[in-house]
Parts: sequence; C-alpha cells; structure tokens
Amino acid sequence: MSAPAVPLAPAADAPRASLTKKVLVADHPTWCPGCGDFAVLASFYKILEKLNYPQEKIVTLAGIGCSSRFPYFVNTHGGHYIHGRSLPFAAGISLGRDDLHVFVFGGDGDGFSIGGNHLVHTARKNPRMTYVIMDNSVYGLTKKQTSPTSPIGFKSKTDPWGALDQPINPMRTLINSGATFVARSHATQVAHMVDMMYRASQHDGFSVVEILSECVEFYEGAFDSSIPRKGGSWQTIELRKNDGSPEDAARHDPADELAAFKLALEPWPGRFGIFYENKTRPTKNALERKLIANTREKTKNASDLELLSKTFARMR
Amino acid sequence: MVSPNIPPGAGASARATSSLAPIADVVIRFAGNSQDGIQAVGGFLARLAGRSDQEVMTYMTIPSTISGGPSIFQVRIGSGEILSAGDRADLLVAFYQHSYESHRASLRPGGVLLYDSAHVTPNPDDKEITAVAVPMTAATIEAVGGSSKEKGKNIYVLGLLARMFDLDVTKLTQLIKERFGGKNEDIVRNALLAFDAGYAYPAEHLSHCLFRLEKPVPVAGGRPQVTTDGNTALTLGLLAAGVRHGAGYPITPWSSIMETLRTELPKYGGLFVQCEDEIAAASTALGFSYCGHLAVTGSSGPGLSLKMEALGWATMAEMPLIVVNVQRGGPSTGMPTNIEQSDLLQAIYGSHGDTPRVVLAPKNVEDCFYIALEAARIAREFSTPVIILTDQALATRIEAFDEPDLPKLMVDLKPDLAPRGATYKPYPLDEVRRHAPPGSVMGSGKYPTVSGLEHDELGHPSANPAMHMKMTAKRREKIKSVAATLPAPELFGDQSGDVLLIGWGCTYGPIREALGRLRGAGATVGHLQLRHIHPLDHGLEEIFARYQHILVVEINDEGLYGFGQLATLLRARYCIPSIGSITKTDGLTYKVSEIVERVAKKISLADPAAGMRKQSVLAMPVRN
Repeated sequence: MSAPAVPLAPAADAPRASLTKKVLVADHPTWCPGCGDFAVLASFYKILEKLNYPQEKIVTLAGIGCSSRFPYFVNTHGGHYIHGRSLPFAAGISLGRDDLHVFVFGGDGDGFSIGGNHLVHTARKNPRMTYVIMDNSVYGLTKKQTSPTSPIGFKSKTDPWGALDQPINPMRTLINSGATFVARSHATQVAHMVDMMYRASQHDGFSVVEILSECVEFYEGAFDSSIPRKGGSWQTIELRKNDGSPEDAARHDPADELAAFKLALEPWPGRFGIFYENKTRPTKNALERKLIANTREKTKNASDLELLSKTFARMR
Repeated sequence: MVSPNIPPGAGASARATSSLAPIADVVIRFAGNSQDGIQAVGGFLARLAGRSDQEVMTYMTIPSTISGGPSIFQVRIGSGEILSAGDRADLLVAFYQHSYESHRASLRPGGVLLYDSAHVTPNPDDKEITAVAVPMTAATIEAVGGSSKEKGKNIYVLGLLARMFDLDVTKLTQLIKERFGGKNEDIVRNALLAFDAGYAYPAEHLSHCLFRLEKPVPVAGGRPQVTTDGNTALTLGLLAAGVRHGAGYPITPWSSIMETLRTELPKYGGLFVQCEDEIAAASTALGFSYCGHLAVTGSSGPGLSLKMEALGWATMAEMPLIVVNVQRGGPSTGMPTNIEQSDLLQAIYGSHGDTPRVVLAPKNVEDCFYIALEAARIAREFSTPVIILTDQALATRIEAFDEPDLPKLMVDLKPDLAPRGATYKPYPLDEVRRHAPPGSVMGSGKYPTVSGLEHDELGHPSANPAMHMKMTAKRREKIKSVAATLPAPELFGDQSGDVLLIGWGCTYGPIREALGRLRGAGATVGHLQLRHIHPLDHGLEEIFARYQHILVVEINDEGLYGFGQLATLLRARYCIPSIGSITKTDGLTYKVSEIVERVAKKISLADPAAGMRKQSVLAMPVRN
C-alpha cells in the first residue's frame, strides 16, 4: 500500500522513435513577425531533439505575457498558468513527480515583477527545473508599459517622459537569491542560446537562463548594443578550463559567486554565458526524498492503514 | 517508576460518593493565563471522558498575543448527547484575580468557584455561588518541591477535580504518563506528585462540593471513542482520503493542519511544502494536482482571498483541489483567534469571473474527518476545487467520537497515467473529464495544455463567444450535477411546524440543543444543518414549505439588507420571504439561550423559559 506516492526514478524507456521538430511543433505562434521569441522557440525544439526525452515526460509551462504563450506552441504536456505564479506551480510538478522534465517560460514582467517573490524563493528552494526568461524590457501583451527591466529614461505609456525607476539587474538578483545555475543569452545568437538552454537542462537544480529577446513592436532596438551587425558588441564569458595555463586564471570560474557578482555588475550590455553554477547544493527534490526515505524507515515501512490506525489509537 | 499514587478507589470509598445523586453532565471552566497549561487539564478531562464512553465537548479561547494573556478552557462532560460546550459553567476554576473577575458571570447561580487563595479574593458578599479557597500555588510547590515556579498547578487542580467528581484515577494517571512519558522521568514524577497532592486535599474542605457523574451505559459492540480537535480530525480525514500532497503558508487557525501534514505526510511517502506565500501555496498544490496527485492547500480568511486567482484558474482548467478555510473573525486581520462564519460568500463567489466550485461545511469535530473524505471524492469525481469551510470553534475544540472504521474508509490514490485514446479531448462539452497528467501517452499524438484561457474542447485558446457560452454552461452544469451525488440532508426535530432552524458549521450543537428547549416550550421546531453549501442539497424547497418560519442561524453580520450570508443565499435561491436571519458578530459561539431567546422573539413564543426548565442542562443541584 505505502509505495511512495511519488514515482521515483523512471523505468528504462522502451525503444521509441526519436523526438523531432516535426513531432514537437504544435499551434502556430501568435507572436508578431520579427519577435525574438521565435528564435527561443526554435532553440527549445533543438534542445528537446538533442535531449530526446520520452515526449510524455516533458512538461512545458508558462505564466502570462506574450512569451508565456509558449506552451501552446510545443507539443508536450503543458500548462498555461496565471500571471507570475508559474514557478510555484512548476515546483509542485517537479516535487510531485521526479520522472518529469520541467521547463518554464516567461517574460520579465512575469518573472521579475509580479512573480519576483516566487523567483527568489524558488531559487532558495532549488527544485529541479529549467526556467527561461524571455526579457524584452517592456510589457508587450498589454502594449508598452514600463517593465521591471526597462532602463531609466525608457519612454512608455506609463512613463511618457521616460522611466524613473531603477531597473532590476536579473543576473545579480538571481545569484543573490541562490539560484544554482544562472546564465544569460541573446535571441539573435541561436547557437549560444541552444548551448545555454542545453546546459541549463543538464543542471541538477533550479537553472535559469535569461534571454534578451527583442519586442519589435514596442521596444525596437532595445538590445542593439549587443548585436554586432547593428554596431554593438557581443561579449561572451569564457569559462575556466582548469588546464593550468597562465591565461586560464583570467577565465571565469562559474563556481565563484563573488566573481559572478562582479560580472553581473559590469555595465550594460554586459556579457553573455554562464555567470554562476553551484553543483554542490542539493535539490529540494533530493532533500525531500531523503526526508521521506528516513521517515519511512522509522515507521518500518508501515502501511497507510497501519499508520493511521496507530494515530487514532493514540487518541483513545 | 515508583509512583506514590493513591490506590484507585481508596478515596472514593472513604468519601462514600455513591450516596450522592448522580449528575448527568457538568460544565467546568478554567480561567488563567495562556502559559498555565489549562488546555492540558481540559485535554486530560476530555480524553478521560472519551475513554469512559462519555460525551465531551470543549471550548477555548487563546489570546492572539505571542505569550501570556488571559486564556480559558471550558469542558463539558456528560453521559447524554453533548451538543455544545454549555452556556454557563457549573464550576469555575480561577487562577488569578482577573480570571475570577472576568469569568464570575459565566458561573451559574448555585455554581462552585474554586480559586487559588494565593491570588484571588472573591467578593465576600456574593452569596449566589459557593466559593472554595484552595492554596493551589502553595500546595503545588510543596508537593513538587524546589522552585516557586508554580509549574504543575494545573495538574494539581486535575487531582482536585478527580476527587470532587470521583473521576477514574487509574485512567487519569495513565493519561498523565502517556502525555509526559516521552519527556524525562522527573517531569512524569512531578506531574504525578502534583496530581496526588490535589487528589489528597483534605476532604473536609470539599465536603459540600463532591459530586458523582452518571456512568454512561456501555454500548454493546460500539467502537472505541477517540478524542481530538477539529483541525486534527480534518487532517486525519485528508490522510484517510488518500491525499498525500499539499502546500500552505502559516496563518491562525489553519496552521496546525499544515504542521501536522508536514510531519505526517512523509510517513505515507507524501510531501507538504511550506511556501513563500498563500498564492504560491495554492499554485504548488495545483502543480501537485496537475501532475496527478490530489492535493490540498488551506488558509484562513485573508489567505483565502489571496488564493482566489489561482482558484479561478482551477475552475477554468478543471483541476481537482481541496482547499481548507478555517474561518476566523474578519475582515482583514480582524480577530484572528475569534470565531466567525463570514467567509461563506467569499468561498462561493470570491474569485473573478463566473467560477462555480464546491463548498462544504462540517458540522462538528467528527464531521471534520468525514467531510475531508467527501471533499476528496467530489474533487476527483468532478475535477474541481472543493472548499471546506470550517472555523475557529471547530478547529480548536475537543470532542469525543467513535473511532472511524478505517479499513472501510481509506482510499488509495495513484496518478492515473494510463495512455489516453486517439479521440481523447481534455475539455469535452458533454461530460466531466479528468485531465491527463504528464506522463500519460496521448494516443492522438497531440499533447494538451491545461489552460486559464477560455478554450475549445481540445484545450486550444478560443475567444469565440459561442464557445465561451458553452464552456461557461458546462462548468456550471458540472457543479450543479454534484448535488445528485450528495446524501439527503438530516432534518432533526419536528418535520413540519412553526419554525425551521437552519445552521451550517459550528452552530450545529447549539441549534440542536435550542431545538429541544424550544420544543419543550411548546413550539414545533425542526433543525436542518447544511453541510453542502454549494451546490445546495436537492429537496430543500419541500422541507422549507412545511414550516411557517425559516430562520438561518449564523455567526456573521446581517449585512446591508438585513440577512446573514447563508440566509442571503437561500433567499436568492428559493425566493421565500419567510426566510429570516439570526446573526451575531461577538466572536463567540452561540449560547443555546441566545438562540432560544432570539427565535422566541421572532415567532412571538410566550414563555421560552418553560423549555429551559424542562430541558435544563444545568443538572447540578442548586446549593445554599
């Protein structure tokens, strides 16, 4: 009776056809032509092809916003949840079913504004999942209001004179919150984006990739300063190779939290790549699983009926 | 362990209590400060009653301050059916002057005041009661020895009561050993020393207040009695119902449910998550439900408000979920440790949009267990959120009831990951369909997205007006169809006549008792307790038609239009002008006399007191 209510490691999968883009494509995206999110979607298909998980074990989730329409465009089990709360929703799925692969998509308003508290606490709890934030620095679905990442001076319908408030620094916020994998990419750099999303998917814990994804309708040119063909500079983070060479000391060690903070504080447009990765902190999945195992051992694997009967007997 | 216990029965024979006329029930109120352990004494008495097949009900107030402050615990024990914690006490135990002053009025004429002579000076001119001085503090210190910290005087008083009421000493000392047994041996020994000292208090000081409680008639083949509070009963009900996942955020008085779930669920292979806020708690619980587990979240008034958007999603996405709302005094932070039933309309209508969902209300502590099973059944069968509206009174009071037949009741739930056929639609218009949790292979090759957007039968977003009308109707009809699966409502008392009293939640006991008194005074009265608030039970019109007056008794405000929340709903639903309302907002449960007097006034009953005399629960003889 009392087999763990949560299935543990998935059984070996039967042989099956490999996952292709053809299988993964669902509804046609509702995004405007030229939107950066198309490239993010294409990159997601690519990593799913590479990961080749059983299709039914993949879960694609989102909150509310333009980018959060994502689940309808991917042919996996999906959930289109409420604004800003997709992370705690996803946490329930991740913690409830260790056999699933959970991906969450959303925008900067969803993640840093209405969902800001959840971002901090999900990072703190470290459930196993990958979160992709498509940051366009504007509210697009509601048609051009200031977003939490809009730079000071950005003219929007809510700040026609230019935004007044200090924007969020996503990398700094995420590192500070305790996210165990923090990376940054750009929707115009598909190979880099695929690499970051793939590495995020391989991280055992809460992995976050922020992707600058331009809204051509309401904030055109927002990220030109990091697009070389538009005169910007594209600077990636070179990771330490631990090869003992003298130049290696200058490379970034993603386990070094302080160095990650320094990178996060570099002036706009900053650099792209893996800022931080903590491979030692256990996931909430693992901690809860251990708690359950220890508790079950103490009860000598009693059945549900035995357990509850004992509780009632104590109340006689 | 060496216990200096008095052999059971020794005291009793010396006092020859058998010559005393037995009393049917007794109401004892303890008044002290929150750190005095008076809840523990009340708890011992309640459990003793349970173990003796006696009926018991308790009532307590806990100050909302962090530590300290006045606190009371009232326990009523009897051999008949105990429906309320009693209007007025037969015995008041006062630890301090403020306890005496605040609660003297709760003592009935002829009642007994037992007070700590070190702290209390009763009014010498008060001849209406019998005041008995006991040096509780000094005697406890003397018995336990050592510090003057007064710890243990609660157990001393328990010993005293055991003497006064000829209680079962063997069972009580066993309870003390069980309660303190896990701690170090000194604590058990000190507790027993304090108990014995109280029990050995010279009988001559108590000669005029010795009583004998009527022994209950043992029920042949009856189930053993268990004694617990409503929050615990509800939690155990969830466990029996197969709920293994949940999420919550601390708020009084819901917190004890989440604490118990957090520590119990791992034993069952399950998991409860403490979230960063109420919204996250509802969301995490919905995540559990979506991935195939039946999950629970819960809160109290303000927290339920925060969950409303997520609950709207659950209705739209047709996701099963159990939501416990332990109501308290509102609005806002309100009176967090007081009793109110003012979340009924919030529970039904609190979300944005047309959000039909199920709302249930348990009637007593025992029912908290069974309503959890019912909520789980409905949530799964109809893929819907189900709100259980309990309240501060049910949450904290202790009652004894028959141990549930667990082998018959327990449900084993597992995620349904069976492959779905090629024609599977996640949201068919013409039937209730459980969602396909991730992990289920879709025969059609099309994987569904559960959605908060209005959608078509396949789950694709749709703003088509005709589709929205159809889907809105589908969600409505689904919840309406729940009513057909509900057991018929219980109607107590006269099946037709002058008045039908309607209650929900914790008003059950006082209304039932008021029913007896009103009928004793000559009125024909029925009592209907609604456990299903949304949808309402079938067949209520027929019942309503048989009475001249219909009065809904609830603990909330009469509102702008003069009717409490359930009364408002019933008037809107049945359009019966004779539906009236009895409400109050003093943060306390109804006294039986309050209901009797207000009903009598509404129906112009000449002499309600006639019923009181006949049906008196104040069974102790008045003494001079």
